[in-house]
Amino acid sequence: MGPLWLLALIAGLSFFGFVLGHWKSVVLSGKGRDALAARPGYYGAYVLIWTAIPALLILVVLSVARPFLVEHTVRVNLPEQVLANPTQLSLEISGVRQVATGLKLATHEELEDIRIGVVAARSVFARHGLPLGEDVKPYQLIAASALNVVSDGLNTAVDIAVVAALAFGLIFAFVRVKPRLRARNLVESTILAILIGASSVAILTTVGIVLSLLFQALQFFSVVSPINFYFGTVWDPRFAAAGSTESGQFGFLPLFWGTIYISFFAMLVAVPIGLFSAVYMAEYATSKVRSIAKPLIEILAGVPTIVYGFFALTTVGPLIRDFIALPLGLGTSGNNVLTAGLVMGIMIIPYVSSLSDDIITAVPRSLRDGSLALGATRSETMRQVILPAALPGVVGAVLLAVSRAIGETMIVVLAAGVAARASLNPFEEMTTITVKIVNQLTGDLEFTSPQTLVAFALGITLFVITLGLNVLALTIVRKYREQYE
Amino acid sequence: MSAVQAVTPFETIRTPDAASRPVKIHTVAVKVTYGQKEALHGVSIDIPEKAVTAFIGPSGCGKSTFLRCINRMNDTIAGARVEGTIKLDDQNIYDPDLDVVELRARVGMVFQKPNPFPKSIFDNVAYGPRIHGLARSKADLEEIVVTSLQKASLFNEVKDRLNEPGTGLSGGQQQRLCIARAIAVSPEVILMDEPCSALDPIATAKVEELIDELRANFTIVIVTHSMQQAARVSQRTAFFHLGHLIEEGPTDHVFTNPLEQRTQDYITGRFG
Repeated sequence: MGPLWLLALIAGLSFFGFVLGHWKSVVLSGKGRDALAARPGYYGAYVLIWTAIPALLILVVLSVARPFLVEHTVRVNLPEQVLANPTQLSLEISGVRQVATGLKLATHEELEDIRIGVVAARSVFARHGLPLGEDVKPYQLIAASALNVVSDGLNTAVDIAVVAALAFGLIFAFVRVKPRLRARNLVESTILAILIGASSVAILTTVGIVLSLLFQALQFFSVVSPINFYFGTVWDPRFAAAGSTESGQFGFLPLFWGTIYISFFAMLVAVPIGLFSAVYMAEYATSKVRSIAKPLIEILAGVPTIVYGFFALTTVGPLIRDFIALPLGLGTSGNNVLTAGLVMGIMIIPYVSSLSDDIITAVPRSLRDGSLALGATRSETMRQVILPAALPGVVGAVLLAVSRAIGETMIVVLAAGVAARASLNPFEEMTTITVKIVNQLTGDLEFTSPQTLVAFALGITLFVITLGLNVLALTIVRKYREQYE
Repeated sequence: MSAVQAVTPFETIRTPDAASRPVKIHTVAVKVTYGQKEALHGVSIDIPEKAVTAFIGPSGCGKSTFLRCINRMNDTIAGARVEGTIKLDDQNIYDPDLDVVELRARVGMVFQKPNPFPKSIFDNVAYGPRIHGLARSKADLEEIVVTSLQKASLFNEVKDRLNEPGTGLSGGQQQRLCIARAIAVSPEVILMDEPCSALDPIATAKVEELIDELRANFTIVIVTHSMQQAARVSQRTAFFHLGHLIEEGPTDHVFTNPLEQRTQDYITGRFG
């Protein structure tokens, strides 16, 4: 049975278990011996949980373990000289997998012919619609048949284990259904476990991302020292095409500066406009205007960033070049920091305005009334009472927008270019960390060269920066909240 | 039912004071509508200067609505419309030429739930004087704050922690802070909308004592659900019912010798 069949079986039997548990509890209470400790539905759920959960756990654990067991089998059957070459090993293993598929397609007589060497395995497989790149080596045949044996065995083992778990759970729980049984408590703790599990998935994913970045980044730092990376002022990775041994310079600072500078301009646009529009929406706009204008502003967040990129490339960039940069003699490129910052700022406006709007609206009405009743105008009330009270939330919104700006890639590529440079002139081309990550990972490069690995070092640095911003945001929010409540 | 009442001519029963006081607020036929619903069907009353006038009546009778007309706080509610005349010292407060911000500086308000700003105790009291430019110097401002806190009988309790947040005080202290905040802009009238309903009995007693002291300098209008409170602190009492002003007169007169059946039913606890 395949996993889908097993899942269907689990679902079917669990439902059956629910009906059984429900039925038994109704029958027992009908005899009037004892009042039930929970409603019949809980007894049904009790049997359902005992039937489904252990079987599901076994299925998941075995499915996760399966690839490791299979690969181990293949390795054991491969000769020494193949195992010694790690770059070729993965190719060999996938080759063995294909041969194993082929062996399953072949008929009994053909297998016999292959075994005694009358026909080449490759031609037999090709006849069954499985073309191979090269002739099948004898050790591959051995490994492949071992793989098939183990894999079939595992399938049977999974089937047996799951069915056994289902049967045991169903019977065990059904027998235990008695009027005194506290079925509600078990249902309650199962729900708790599911909720905890869901939260753990998010946390474990983050841990997984960090670890995968970390290992590659450490590999990079074994080639290029962290000091040269973090304090280097020249970014010149040299795609060493001509077989040169030189690996180039990986200075992080120009990228960091570009990121900060572009985000700075973005925030310069997004924070005032976003905040002011939030204040207008929350305090001044009639509900009719608000119901139309708020979704319109939020549309900005839904526009794909590549569209913003086009807008920057074809409209904003040339405008800034022709009307500001050229007349002032500060730059000649349509790609510049200012363009990227402006367009990114527009994209980020809804992040600031929408969150701030909610936060301002959440400030209690009594504070507004108190201030207005003292003869304050609406803007005085806003500046001196509402904004201070809403400040922690607004700071949180702004920092969220900053992490969004730092992570933005597409607008930067199209609006500010890909040249790594550290300069104060906002009319020059510059680029950001994320753009360089994309740059280094696209193209025909080995995954072991520092030119590629540097992307992971950049990635983990970016991760640490945004994490730091989030921690900062939380700290600020917490500090002010204590003061205001 | 309200339509029937609106067309029936309605006469408020009035008993004048023994010794007449000067009138501070004079209202004629004040009607308030929220959207389609008329909440107040024409209230005429004279509120005397430097005395406490209590508005009593069951929930939803319009007493708070009427109170909020006197400093035009109903303006902040979308869909609220006020008709009729309200005069403060012979000046119509709904005159288009009148500056509502200035009116609210003359007519302060204390709310049902203490609502100190999330600022220090000092800044809470200094808020009004600052926005109205009442203090010429820092020392001036400090004096206003200290005097206001003293008048609100709060100074001794908070003098060592003027820089701590006002929200950290107890409920009763917070309400007296709000009173101090209202006093600080030297209003002529202070409106109080059930100022003790969120307070415990001891804090209530302190606030009531304070109201009695403030009467010497301010005209006070208080909305209350507690008839004992009205009897304790006020000189005149007005009884509202279903959007009408039923009866008004000297407090002891209204409580001991009500002339209207509904007033009597309410103060004896037969409905409410």
